[in-house]
Amino acid sequence: MRRGASALLLIGATALGGCSQGVLDPKGPIASAELLLMLNATAIMLVVVVPVILATLGFAWWYRASNLRANRSQSENYEGRIEFVTWSIPVLVVILLSGVTWIGSHDLDPRAPIEAKAEPLRVDVVALDWKWLFIYPDRRIAAVNELVIPVGTPVKFRLTSATVMNSFFIPQLGSQVYAMGGMTTHLNLLADKAGEYPGFSAMFSGDGFSDMRFIAKAVSPADFEAWVGKARSAGSALDDAAYGELAKPSKAVPPATYSAVAPGLFQHIIERTVTGSEAGDTNAALCSPPRYAGD
Amino acid sequence: MLGRLTWAAIPFNEPLPLLSGAVVVIVILGVLALIAVKGWAPYLWREWITSVDHKRIGGMYVLLGLLMLLRGFADAIMMRTQQAIAVGNAQGYLPPDHYDQIFSAHGVIMIFFVAMPLVIGLMNFVVPLQLGVRDVAFPRLNAVSFWLTASGALLINLSLVIGNFARTTWWNYPPLSELAFSPDVGVDYYLWSIQISGIGTLLTGVNFVTTILKLRAPGMTYFRMPVFCWTALATNMMIVAVFPILTATFGMLLLDRYLGMHFFTNGAGGNPMMYVNLFWAWGHPEVYILILPAFGVYSEVIATFSGKGLFSYRSMVLATLGICILSMMVWLHHFFTMGAGADVNAVFGIMSSIIGVPTGVKVFNWLFTMYRGKVVFTTPVLYTVGFMVTFVIGGLTGVLLAVPPVDFELHNSAFLVAHFHNVIIGGVLYGALAGYNYWFPKAFGFTLDERWGKASFWCWLIGFYLAFTPLYVLGLMGMTRRLQHIADPSWQPLLLVAELGAVVIFAGILCQIVQLYVSIRTREQRRDLTGDPWNGRTLEWATSSPPPAYNFAVLPRVETLDAFWQMKQTGQVSRERTYEAIKMPHNSAIGVVTAFFATITGFALIWHIWWIAILGILAAVVAMLFSGWSDEREREVTATEISEMERAARA
Repeated sequence: MRRGASALLLIGATALGGCSQGVLDPKGPIASAELLLMLNATAIMLVVVVPVILATLGFAWWYRASNLRANRSQSENYEGRIEFVTWSIPVLVVILLSGVTWIGSHDLDPRAPIEAKAEPLRVDVVALDWKWLFIYPDRRIAAVNELVIPVGTPVKFRLTSATVMNSFFIPQLGSQVYAMGGMTTHLNLLADKAGEYPGFSAMFSGDGFSDMRFIAKAVSPADFEAWVGKARSAGSALDDAAYGELAKPSKAVPPATYSAVAPGLFQHIIERTVTGSEAGDTNAALCSPPRYAGD
Repeated sequence: MLGRLTWAAIPFNEPLPLLSGAVVVIVILGVLALIAVKGWAPYLWREWITSVDHKRIGGMYVLLGLLMLLRGFADAIMMRTQQAIAVGNAQGYLPPDHYDQIFSAHGVIMIFFVAMPLVIGLMNFVVPLQLGVRDVAFPRLNAVSFWLTASGALLINLSLVIGNFARTTWWNYPPLSELAFSPDVGVDYYLWSIQISGIGTLLTGVNFVTTILKLRAPGMTYFRMPVFCWTALATNMMIVAVFPILTATFGMLLLDRYLGMHFFTNGAGGNPMMYVNLFWAWGHPEVYILILPAFGVYSEVIATFSGKGLFSYRSMVLATLGICILSMMVWLHHFFTMGAGADVNAVFGIMSSIIGVPTGVKVFNWLFTMYRGKVVFTTPVLYTVGFMVTFVIGGLTGVLLAVPPVDFELHNSAFLVAHFHNVIIGGVLYGALAGYNYWFPKAFGFTLDERWGKASFWCWLIGFYLAFTPLYVLGLMGMTRRLQHIADPSWQPLLLVAELGAVVIFAGILCQIVQLYVSIRTREQRRDLTGDPWNGRTLEWATSSPPPAYNFAVLPRVETLDAFWQMKQTGQVSRERTYEAIKMPHNSAIGVVTAFFATITGFALIWHIWWIAILGILAAVVAMLFSGWSDEREREVTATEISEMERAARA
């Protein structure tokens, strides 16, 4: 039964995955493990859900008032054996699922480093209105709305927001995590295969939210080094002035790179958000005329 | 003088809201003109607006919920249309500024002003009748509750034409909802209308907990209460426990916005995640506040129309109370993705799936109630069977989302949207509509048309699957929620199917309106003269349809569970009775007057018109005191009057 349900699900999943990206088409170990967990949990539940649906329809149909062949009994409103079963079935399912949940939560903790031969790459992610800033602290470069990572290399993300909450998500690579002002969250992902994977914010953040998208490009390590070199040699540096300009709200921002980054920019952004010198200061509440969105 | 209210607040440059606002205003004026011409005003004032009768108040709640359903649905179909056409490079017909207001308003209205009034309306109408008593514990307070809810609904709809509504989602998470990011009146409309209606809801909770604990017919012990009363008790205990959290949280956000405080700001020591925790500490119990009474409706319907007592009443009660407690321990599953550790996530994930146990037991109990029964397929039964099938699917996807690593991939996706519509439409709404069809004859003395009722059911069922199965798939394909336009053109076919589903649901709503119209037209042929059209089991069917103001001329004496069924079995029903005088509460305008001033105060606070706000609060307090000091509260219905009314009802 369970194997049959799993097979059915896999067929459905591949049929969908064929024409789509998303979580059904994983390109890394985290996303693959999460998809497997999703299918396992679904299969466990289908073992109960499918019979319940069939029994509901079956009972309703067989015991319809017009069915003369149905065996009826008005007093049948308690039966200890049935009750034992009705409590046992959900309890057993939940015990099984709890095990799956406990193990899955620990194995797939977004903060846990990923084991791999390659040295991990560090990327600092900053959510801005309405674009993503990616800082490569070890390479001293940065990019906007474009994330380039080497295949087979674990990527250690640190995330924050210089504005409202956002959620950083590349479905084909796995877990999303919130980017929150004044706070740092951690995420570890890895891409198995080269390719271009859509990423976006999965937490509504205002007018430009729908365009807060980027492409995560997983390339060979050599291509990655080439991209770093190109970024270093072209474009401007992300100094305080340039960051101030970038942090202003803007929509549908095309990808761009910065040839250099002020060291400690990520920490600096967090501090500025926490002290309230960044947007987020509401002292003006009663003292200044309100600013209307249309202005 | 008028704070920030200027002519600029009316969206003359946006035809869509202005036009819909104009239509609403014209309809309201038309209804008022009709009332004036027909001379209905005194009747409405006497029998409905100032009524403190729980049955009338329940009726008005349900009417409010159904009217707001139209508004919330209008938002829904606008969203579906926008997403269906704004694909690729197209931007659709709703700019982000407008689209963001619509999805925020849709969520707020559907939860607070559709689901809540429908559920509270049914409880209002049914609970005192099922308990075999004459009214709720505090009838006048009940009227205040209703009118405050209506006041909140009115304020929210005012934002359509004066100013704008929040563009911050129905969660209203800071810092987006803070002044720095949302400086205009939208968020204030949201906060004040919920603060006002929230007080009403809290008072309802207090009222019903008191009613169920303290007012029951002689002999009705706790374990002789109908299951619907148990679910109402659980729901109202949850209301009392968690609505203050919402009020306090919104209060803190208001302090941030009005007095420059820093509870939830990014900077200056504020913490937005505190809001998120508090919001869901209310928000998760809230979904059970909605679903438990619906479970109660299904329990009554399935037992009545199977001609059998509910299977395993005691485990149903146990499951209800279990859900009531567990629902307050799972709020963190709404934000597994905030980056908490594996232990925290796993514990909350497991707690969430544990709720599946009592819920699963309930499903089995409904199943075994049908077993060896005689199931009559009326409209309420169709909704119940439709619910059982649909809800277990919603339960499956819900437990799936409760597994943290799965949630990391599906959080905020269209899959999640599909899941909670699956349980709210397939659970709460089907339950409300089942209850509406089931108790309508009791409320108005004639049955609803079955043909149109069934047509409506099939539209709601098919429409639901058409609208939300594609969203499940789109969520797996990586579509997140609240997108004003969609980049991936391969998603469009599924979005068009979802749009079609919304159209089918619209057909279901039309069928309901036709059903009501046809039933009123043919009411003479569908009179319920017995008071017991379905061969019911509980006490509401023991009195006439519609029941007299005092519900029961003689309070029923309860000896078992399913008290009325047992009375019919032992032939105690038609026994001649001697009547005694009954004390009934007077009508009171305090509800509508308080709400009137609350609306004005709320409006003034939204627009920073301080002097009106102060006057409004003062007026409301004075009205309350005035009403509180009036001595004459009850009138006596004499034994002769009762015996005449009873004879007339039986004739």
